[in-house]
Amino acid sequence: MKISPGLRASNTLLDSGTYLLLSLGAVIMVVPFLWMVATSFKLPADQYTKTLIPDPATLDNFKELWQHLPFPRLLFNSFWLSILATIGQLLTCSMGAFAFAVVRFRGRNLLFTLLLITLMIPGQVALIPNFIVFKWLGLIGTQAPLWLPSFWGGAFGTFLLRQYFLTIPRDLADAARVDGASLMQIFWRVYLPLSKPALAALSIFVFQWSWNDLLHPLVYLPTDMQRTTLTVGLAFFQQQLVMGGKFTVLMAGALISILPLILVFFIAQKQFVEGIALTGVKR
Amino acid sequence: MEASGIKPLGGERFWLGVLLAPTITGLIFGTLGSVVATLLISLTDWDLLTPPQWVGLANYIKLFTDKDLFESFLNTIKFSAMYVPGVAVVSLAVAMLMNRRIHGISLYRTMYFLPVVTSAVAAALVWQMIYGRDTGLLNYVSERLGGKPVCWLCPSKALYSVVIVNVWGAIGEGMIIFLAGLQAIPRDYYEAATVDGASGWQQFTRITVPLITPSIFFQTLITTINAFQAYEYIYMLTRRGQGDSSVPVVVFSIYRRAFNFFRMGEASALAIELAVMVIALMAVYFWLERRYVVYE
Repeated sequence: MKISPGLRASNTLLDSGTYLLLSLGAVIMVVPFLWMVATSFKLPADQYTKTLIPDPATLDNFKELWQHLPFPRLLFNSFWLSILATIGQLLTCSMGAFAFAVVRFRGRNLLFTLLLITLMIPGQVALIPNFIVFKWLGLIGTQAPLWLPSFWGGAFGTFLLRQYFLTIPRDLADAARVDGASLMQIFWRVYLPLSKPALAALSIFVFQWSWNDLLHPLVYLPTDMQRTTLTVGLAFFQQQLVMGGKFTVLMAGALISILPLILVFFIAQKQFVEGIALTGVKR
Repeated sequence: MEASGIKPLGGERFWLGVLLAPTITGLIFGTLGSVVATLLISLTDWDLLTPPQWVGLANYIKLFTDKDLFESFLNTIKFSAMYVPGVAVVSLAVAMLMNRRIHGISLYRTMYFLPVVTSAVAAALVWQMIYGRDTGLLNYVSERLGGKPVCWLCPSKALYSVVIVNVWGAIGEGMIIFLAGLQAIPRDYYEAATVDGASGWQQFTRITVPLITPSIFFQTLITTINAFQAYEYIYMLTRRGQGDSSVPVVVFSIYRRAFNFFRMGEASALAIELAVMVIALMAVYFWLERRYVVYE
């Protein structure tokens, strides 16, 4: 198609406008992060200076973190709990999803419908009965209430994986069946290996939710700094340090708490983005 | 569809039970069973120490007579009414800009997505610095531009400030969903419309919007569910010394009544009310979906 000079000029103008708007927006998105990084390397006396380059720069804030909180412990707890949650969800959601997508059994539609209904129920509804059950089991004050529920499946993960399993041709399962494969072999050897993108997407979601969760650790482990998560530690820390006027140390803590996920994001950016598209497009 | 699928043979019925056991446990303890339990608890007065006392609907009536509870409902509704359209409009705008074939898309996408992977707790800490009245970055910039300092986190402004941060945190996800929808629209639709002399606005309302209705539906559905459960930024940015909040929302009140005051009945009634609100809205959404959303 031949483009007239006038059209081309207006396109250049539009392109410049696009860059301008996108860059302006990008600055707003990124400034809080730059500010966090900058402040975490400033001297406490310079915490309110409006410069992006700390002068002089210091590592003292990171050292001081260790004095205020059992910081390595909190980091470890968050890691451990997020990994347990991810394993639990991958395992139990894929099991349920396989049954719903591949196996024929009575009551399948009813059970799946019940599961879908729970997608709409806010999690807060389960908070109080769960707390009471864990109290009866004597598990309040332990980490169990934070990871155990990951091992009882869940509507989101099961639905996501079921939709993915449905895209795998049934012929594969039938062929395996003819060759004498059992149900569990078909699950383990055919479906799981073919579903890596969906499994990766779910892992990333679950890890992220668990790592960033505040409500549940706040309910189950609000003060025990040896057992609780980084989010609770930081929230607790916030009150102490803001009073003490030490935003620099607080920013050092915030920075460390977001680094693992940002690293994962840079490594697995494709899975992040495709995961969100996967939940949205494949209904 | 019951008929399709692989039939379990003999001993495999046991394995089918194993496959489904976690899901069924979850339904009983985690979700459906919890709804029943929460409903029952909401009809009682219970501090977990003494036996529950049956009080009928008193906890539900309290939502309208207790000023704090009513305020938290109002705050949740106000918050959602600003947050949901805010995220939809901004992320659609960003997605449309990114859908123009320009350079550096992946860099832009990374920058807009960063807040999504950041914990709200950590982000709230830096926003607290940015929003500071005398020392904050935002007031520094606005004063440089000739504005007056604003007390962003004072009770009169805090709700809006919290909405801004929440929108900031959600744009990345909305952008990805809209971008996926936009990229599915064939470019020649627009070329044909341009040849026919359609203006940019006409192209937007007649081509873009109708063709991305599935994305709009899905995106608003997700943000609405999130809006009613939004909690972290509010907890971090509006918490006061005594542990209450200057802008309490429903989830905050549930947490506070249940786990600070151990009023399980009141908190359960709140949770049920929240669920009813969300489910009622979902019903409206699905009704709208049937009327307006076009799937190809």
